[in-house]
Amino acid sequence: MVNQEIKEKIMGIIEKYQREKEKLVMILLEVQKLTDRNYIDMEWAKLIAEELKIPYTKVYDVITFYSMFSIKPRGKYVIEICKSAPCHVNKSKDVVKEFEEILNIKMGETTPDNLFTLQYTSCIGACDVAPAIKIGEKVYGNLNKEKIQQIVMDYRNNSI
Amino acid sequence: MTKTLNLITEYAGKIKPDSIEEYVSVGGFEALKIAMGKSPIESIEEIKKSKLQGRGGAAYPTGVKWEQAYQIQKNPKYIICNADEGEPGTFKDKVILDHLPLMLIEGMTIAAYILNSPKGFIYIRGEYPESQKIVARAIKAAKERGFLGSDILGTKFSFDIEIISGAGAYVCGENSALVESTEGNSGRPRMKPPFIKNHGYMGMPTLVNNVETFAYVPYILKEGGEKFASYGTEFSGGTKLVCLSGNLVNKGVFEVPFGITLRELIYDIGGGIPDGRKLKFVQLGGSSGPCIPEEMLDTKLCYKELKSKGLTLGSGAILVVDDSNCAVDFLKCVTEFFYHESCGKCTPCREGNKQLLALVNKFANGNATENDLQIIKKVGYIMKNAAFCGLGETAPTAHLSLIKYFEDEFVEHINKKCRANVCNFGGVEND
Repeated sequence: MVNQEIKEKIMGIIEKYQREKEKLVMILLEVQKLTDRNYIDMEWAKLIAEELKIPYTKVYDVITFYSMFSIKPRGKYVIEICKSAPCHVNKSKDVVKEFEEILNIKMGETTPDNLFTLQYTSCIGACDVAPAIKIGEKVYGNLNKEKIQQIVMDYRNNSI
Repeated sequence: MTKTLNLITEYAGKIKPDSIEEYVSVGGFEALKIAMGKSPIESIEEIKKSKLQGRGGAAYPTGVKWEQAYQIQKNPKYIICNADEGEPGTFKDKVILDHLPLMLIEGMTIAAYILNSPKGFIYIRGEYPESQKIVARAIKAAKERGFLGSDILGTKFSFDIEIISGAGAYVCGENSALVESTEGNSGRPRMKPPFIKNHGYMGMPTLVNNVETFAYVPYILKEGGEKFASYGTEFSGGTKLVCLSGNLVNKGVFEVPFGITLRELIYDIGGGIPDGRKLKFVQLGGSSGPCIPEEMLDTKLCYKELKSKGLTLGSGAILVVDDSNCAVDFLKCVTEFFYHESCGKCTPCREGNKQLLALVNKFANGNATENDLQIIKKVGYIMKNAAFCGLGETAPTAHLSLIKYFEDEFVEHINKKCRANVCNFGGVEND
């Protein structure tokens, strides 16, 4: 069962896109932001399928096809580290190591307080400030140890 | 002497992206008025004269593409702007989206007028949420002032533009996958024919062009196709936005004339390699492009000259890699990218990338044999010739070029030696 509050929010998003099947990807992007966990629950996906009158398997296909979607709950802040070649040659491996150490988790994991998830992303178009990462809609570039520590501290202190 | 030009980038960062007043004050929307005073054929001829070629990577002549779209007798026709910019090392469309969205809107509206299209889409990758907001504000402003929407400039012509967001899939840059994604589906490429120009969005004729391509159109109609062409070479007209990245002093997007050499780009504009390092190779056109050695840097930026040397400019990404990097480790990074981004529809790409990754890992872990080099070449050859779309066809480009120019390094790895000291041969094989 989908909780009533979430259900109303999902219905609101579906109505905003006028129940158009073609807007499935955009609906899912908004639904994923509904909670602090940055994911799409399968029950929500079923509701969306019913409301748009499309097969649930199709919604599942779309969610699992695009890398921005997650069916597993993630942290409030998803730290996406670019692993494409331009960041790689600017030593993005050191960035990964630094985040893993500070957060005490491995790539793909979420901190026990559900605040941070570490994951890779393909190129985010910030190659001029490589090595770069993305947290939500914000991009941080020219990263070094000090900057990374500051970023984590700012998010922990809620001062972003 | 400065080697950059600013036919389209002159006002980037100097005018507010969503201010109609500021855009009009620097000549904005004059080209739209010119186009609306001409016949579609006249405008198409001007674009043909400009020798503008598609700036997304395929370099198809834009004038010819628009002429074909014009001749199709089926309506409505749709216009899609490909702002999926997923090729690693490419960030030039972002400059237009963030700083000059009204120029893009004007270019698309001119295309719409020529094709009598009622509706266009700008498909912007999900990784660019800020750009989506900026472009949305520009669309709203253009509508409020009668440059977009109903009865444009007081005529009977109406055209609307909607933003569609991607959600993270490199393959959506391929035009038929892009159309699938625009329809709300998973972005897997379609069988062609029928081509998108005849059977695209919702089965209707659809013109798909890259952001940069549309952005040149206002200049061409205002200043003339011949003037635009004169900046480039005999075969490649005008300027190109190039993206300099990697181990360089000045990274960034620069507008340069065709005919400039890679060496000028890297050393004069890019400022050369920092920290006293030496250039090892340059990857041209993004992760799907070839890796070329220092000796080839005098090659000119020109679609024909590059092609004659077996190279492509692709989207305009120029990634400079210095000697602190290992060719095998770099290739591992590129292979992991394609392994992740393959959509899985066709076997050569889905399985080929998996095999390539396993093979490259053998070199990176020090347990490859001479025969593995031959197998990489064979798998690469099959993918190049048998994959369903451009992703699988170009995925082994880095492999084949690195083995061609840096075979020594691969052989060293067979003997557990990494000259850049990057590969850790105590590692566990990961396939």
